[in-house]
Amino acid sequence: MEITLSPLSPSVSKTFLANLIQLKDGERFRKCLQCGTCSGACPFGYIMKFPPAKMIGMLRADIFEQVMKTDSVWMCVSCNACTAFCPTQIPITAALMTRVKEELLLAGNVPSELQAALANTQRYGNPMGESPRKRSDWAAGIQPEVNVLGKTRQPVDVLWFVGDYASYHPRMQAATKAFAKILNTLGVKFGILGPEENSDGDSQRLAGERGLFEMIAQKNGQAFRKYQFGEIITTDPHAYNALKNEYPSLGISYPVRHYSQFLEERLDQIKPMLKKEVQAKVAYHDPCYLGRANGVYDAPRALLNAIPGVELVEMSHTRINSLCCGGGGGGMWLDGFQWEKTHSRLSEWRVKEAVAANADVLAVACPYEPPRFEDATKTVEAAGQLKVREVAELLAEAMGL
Amino acid sequence: MKIAVPVKFVPDLVEELTIDAGGAALDTSWLRLIINEFDDHAVEQAILLKERGGGEVTVIAAEAEGVDDFLFTAAAKGADHLIKLTGDFSGGMNSHAAARALADLFKEIQPDLILTGVQAHNDLDGSVGSLLAEYLGMPYVGYVAGVTSANGSVIARKEYPGGIIAEMEVKLPAVLGIQAAEQPPRYVAYNKIRQVMGTSKIEERAIASLDSNGGATVSRMSKPEPAQRATLIEGSPEEVANQLIGIFKELGVM
Repeated sequence: MEITLSPLSPSVSKTFLANLIQLKDGERFRKCLQCGTCSGACPFGYIMKFPPAKMIGMLRADIFEQVMKTDSVWMCVSCNACTAFCPTQIPITAALMTRVKEELLLAGNVPSELQAALANTQRYGNPMGESPRKRSDWAAGIQPEVNVLGKTRQPVDVLWFVGDYASYHPRMQAATKAFAKILNTLGVKFGILGPEENSDGDSQRLAGERGLFEMIAQKNGQAFRKYQFGEIITTDPHAYNALKNEYPSLGISYPVRHYSQFLEERLDQIKPMLKKEVQAKVAYHDPCYLGRANGVYDAPRALLNAIPGVELVEMSHTRINSLCCGGGGGGMWLDGFQWEKTHSRLSEWRVKEAVAANADVLAVACPYEPPRFEDATKTVEAAGQLKVREVAELLAEAMGL
Repeated sequence: MKIAVPVKFVPDLVEELTIDAGGAALDTSWLRLIINEFDDHAVEQAILLKERGGGEVTVIAAEAEGVDDFLFTAAAKGADHLIKLTGDFSGGMNSHAAARALADLFKEIQPDLILTGVQAHNDLDGSVGSLLAEYLGMPYVGYVAGVTSANGSVIARKEYPGGIIAEMEVKLPAVLGIQAAEQPPRYVAYNKIRQVMGTSKIEERAIASLDSNGGATVSRMSKPEPAQRATLIEGSPEEVANQLIGIFKELGVM
């Protein structure tokens, strides 16, 4: 698919660069060495007509409109690998890739698969187009009952931002319930926003929809302001990233932690409860927006290590070098587009690594991953026995919940 | 070319539908409205025609929750004029009442081409386009999936069952019932809609009274009632699969 940006203008490069250097650390684009590390680190760099280093080269040569005419950038899964390995620490993902997507989106050049997720987010507050009223339906049957703040209006210690996939995806609801049971067992006074919670919007932002992100962030901000709570915890690394790094500049500022950090702090309380052995070799997959983007590598591993019977093994891509599941930056809604280009899936690549590491279980801590990896176990040879489990699910199992 | 697109809002099926105490209508207290999908395609087709051959697009909708946002979105896509019909629509507006109200408006603004969704899922009456054509003395072609303009007329692409496609030349002014635009309705960046909200104006037109004469009357509304021969299979996925295999064997299909 050729993409045309209209109207074409010879000043495209200059205007684009001028905007780019206004962004945080944007000046660093001038310092690019053209070493190509970013393009090599990019999991889809091999398929892009303009991988990141080449994009910067085109920008400097004042022929950036040629980049804007291709759909290369929609292969970007915003995994931050390019940024993490750049010797000059140029904000390639946050600034360059996201800005290009924003320009294409404003010009109306968006793959149609992605449009549906954005339109759904605008209307329903979640990319799947589910009813906002059903956002807390997963909690039915949990005892003690999950506190939906709009109903009870009780102050709580912890506001749990559940997130889209954790709330609605049938596979993820199992993990969401497991975490609710853990919180209840630990006696944590927590609440959720339920129907008042909207998508965190971070993946939509990284897919180029800045305006939509700001609009739904404000909706979440309004909901937060209505209730009394000590801190926010979330089961979604994308929500964690948004709440920690993006919401404050919109005036929405609260202490926030990923659930693995919250539980790690309570390991002394949790350890005696882990009575059931889980005999398994477990490979932990670092989610991009927990690991590389926010430096949380140890908390999930500490939780897994505490489970009796668990033997942690590492895959070839691990920690800062982790491999994206393919769902970030809009990738969650571009499966068909990516398949058309590559005839392979990042999730399959990752599952092959888990098999090569002799893992029985691929443990994850992001709600994008179980559905993606479980699908991949069905198509990758020799992955039939590999189980994909959320860290919270393994903990709940060991606690006998 | 002046293109007018009258649209309507219908119940959003993402939310559960309930029937009110009277038993002949939906309970509107829980209802959320959304643009009729066919009308959304009519807007897209109008914008495509404008992009290809120039012209002005006017989008018209009756007042309802969410209508302003929809009209501004249409403007962000490229619509030039936005009209909102206001009045007492609490008793509902059937196709006949809508067509009469719109016909009065169109006599005044005199569009060359009227595009509207060929039907809507809430009443499946499909008569707004044809009634409008009758009241305005214009030709009508329904179930159209593609329009190109030619001197003083348009070529409407109409799909028939069995994979047959007809291309018809229709003299303007005319009304077309749109089944599908040539491409899916486009997405517009939220910032673009926000910009348009500051610069576009929604013109309000008061409708003094509605004439619903000629429409069907609903005597009873109910959820689908299961037929006697249906069997509900319950249990875990494994149990359900085993039962299904048993049934397939019994029927001799396996």
